[in-house]
Amino acid sequence: MLTRRIVIAIGAIALLTASPALAQDKSIVVASTTSTQDSGLFGHILPLFKAKTGIDVKVVSQGTGQAIDTGRRGDADVLFVHAKSQEEKFVADGFGVKRFPVMYNDFVLIGPKSDPAGIKGGTDAIKAFTALKDKAAVFISRGDKSGTHAAELDLWKAASIDIAKDKGAWYREIGQGMGAALNTASASNAYVLSDRATWLSFKNRGDLEILVAGDQRMFNQYGVMLVNPAKHPHVKQDLGQALVDWLISAEGQKAIADYKVGGEQLFFPNATVPGA
Amino acid sequence: MRAPDTELPIVCDSVSVLVGKLAILDRLSVTFGDGAPTALIGPNGSGKTTLIRIAMGLIAPTSGRVTWGGREAVPPLRRAILFQRPVMLRRSVVGNLRYALAAAGIARDRREARVIELLALVGLAGFEDRPARKLSGGEQQRLALARALARDPAVLFLDEPTASLDPAATKSVEDVIRAVSARGIKVVTATHDLGQARRLAGEIVLLHRGRAIETAPTERFFMQPQTEEARRFVAGDLLL
Amino acid sequence: MPDQASALQLVLSGDPALFAIVRLSLLVSLSAVVCAALIGLPFGALVALTRFPGRAGVIVVLNALMGLPPVVVGLAVYLLLSRSGPLGSWGLLFTPAAMIVAQTILITPIIAALSRQTIEDLWLEYRDELAAMNVGPAGRIATLVYDARFSLITTLLAGFGRAAAEVGAVIIVGGNIDGFTRTMTTAIALETSKGDLPLALGLGFVLLAIVVAVNAAAWGMKRVGEQYAG
Repeated sequence: MLTRRIVIAIGAIALLTASPALAQDKSIVVASTTSTQDSGLFGHILPLFKAKTGIDVKVVSQGTGQAIDTGRRGDADVLFVHAKSQEEKFVADGFGVKRFPVMYNDFVLIGPKSDPAGIKGGTDAIKAFTALKDKAAVFISRGDKSGTHAAELDLWKAASIDIAKDKGAWYREIGQGMGAALNTASASNAYVLSDRATWLSFKNRGDLEILVAGDQRMFNQYGVMLVNPAKHPHVKQDLGQALVDWLISAEGQKAIADYKVGGEQLFFPNATVPGA
Repeated sequence: MRAPDTELPIVCDSVSVLVGKLAILDRLSVTFGDGAPTALIGPNGSGKTTLIRIAMGLIAPTSGRVTWGGREAVPPLRRAILFQRPVMLRRSVVGNLRYALAAAGIARDRREARVIELLALVGLAGFEDRPARKLSGGEQQRLALARALARDPAVLFLDEPTASLDPAATKSVEDVIRAVSARGIKVVTATHDLGQARRLAGEIVLLHRGRAIETAPTERFFMQPQTEEARRFVAGDLLL
Repeated sequence: MPDQASALQLVLSGDPALFAIVRLSLLVSLSAVVCAALIGLPFGALVALTRFPGRAGVIVVLNALMGLPPVVVGLAVYLLLSRSGPLGSWGLLFTPAAMIVAQTILITPIIAALSRQTIEDLWLEYRDELAAMNVGPAGRIATLVYDARFSLITTLLAGFGRAAAEVGAVIIVGGNIDGFTRTMTTAIALETSKGDLPLALGLGFVLLAIVVAVNAAAWGMKRVGEQYAG
């Protein structure tokens, strides 16, 4: 009696675990960042891709650092992130085949409406960051080695601030994703650097608003690349390359440009811009 | 698969059981042979329960030798025991019996007939689907008896089988014991009830401080006790 | 899931995405309970019934492992199943199977430790009878597990509760892939990171309702079973 039940249970588990294997037939895994997922971009463009090619895209959204590591380990077929120097190193190390620029969005400096650092309305990121440090305004840092974190560190550097040395109690590293950083900033009325896409689809804003935007140094370039089948032979080369090709095709680029939240375009395709 | 009928006689030869430095059994020698039931009597702590467990093969003596039909270390295939407080398995009445029959190696297709036979023997026909743990004390005792008989034992040990029962339940259990004995099964029972010993047993073994003081046919034991301890015990004066 | 919908609206409108998530959560956690029971119950019974040197240490470790952090389990399974890991060729990372593996590891100690206690208590009660009936070691374990089954249901529920509630392990090994490895807890984590706290909280209540329903069903089973088995 007991043995029969065990057999049934094992059968059920075998069935359950076998079904994803079957479903994997025409699907690829894409390691990407939270911003592309949380902003709803994938929800908009992937159904279009599937309708055209029949390929199921499974998106694992992680911080850029973790996403790149996922690609390096061979646990994804395609990498779609925003940290150009890390992406180039990924390709140079032989883990990626070739990096293609896809689109950009921009970072925005978010802060409380009361704006204790007095940076509201500016377009100069350097000035704003200098003011934050001088006024010791509470600032939430991702602190998770993500693309956004890297961009933030670059901005401190550009403002000639050695944040590792100059940080005080006002500088708070939370080591979490964009959403968690925004939630924390909202709860403590702090300043935070966010990508515009995540900010626009973020709902728990509290007293926060965009204070500084539009600086060239705050542009955020996305690149896509196939994980190198020479390193990881199981990579679905044809299906993965199909996604890469579609993203940089005229059709894919238009799909990206068409995605709007509240009437506002979030991502700006630039696959054809050399050196992006 | 039945073991050959090699359980009897059960011979305990100079058996000691020590717990720490305390001797529960002290170089005790006794033989349980074929025939009428044997009653083990003696004051509390005299070693009755321990002797039953030794003879059943549940525990090994610290020193001395136990043989069943002349052999040592015989698995308890044709021995059965009714504990003083038998534990009902968390199953129905038939569930308990089926379990015992399966444990005794009775073939599946012969079990149901045996269940009916055993329930009739102990007077529990009609109780089949009752949860065993919700039976009364006397009913539990009789179900435990049926369970013990499931393996068709050559010898049945009883450890104060009626200690906590009222007179009516006691009588019904004694009736079953008589029926069991009449089937040729050797019964060895520990009891505090001298009346019960007289009613059931053909032979009395008096234990005192871990030793067998006197072994005698029932009539002679009560009419002409040979030892001082036996005389005092029958008179109710031997307390420890 | 539509962005503006509340959890209640999703439930009332029978949102297919929500039901797929609920279904996957139940499938993963219940499968993990079954796997963990197949490993943990016999192991717990074995420890309950045997005496060996170092047994106290095994029990202490088993009890301590009940507090295994899900993130650590997730990470270990991730490294194991990653394409670059020892079992990478199985291709299980980012699949429901990987989530079942992680949750199984997470709750096996819970089931083993709690069942060890339950079975040991019953063993002290049964040992003489089973010895008298000449029941061998395997038979003893089977008997004790079977007869303790109604108490062990509570043990399995503790394991299920832990599995259904954890997010740390499944989000690492499952990847929270929409429509494939997204469970109730990873969906809650996602909605929280998107700042949609009301939806996240609403999903939390849906999860709570499911866990309550599973517990109620098990409790009813236990009641009815005990009526008949005593």
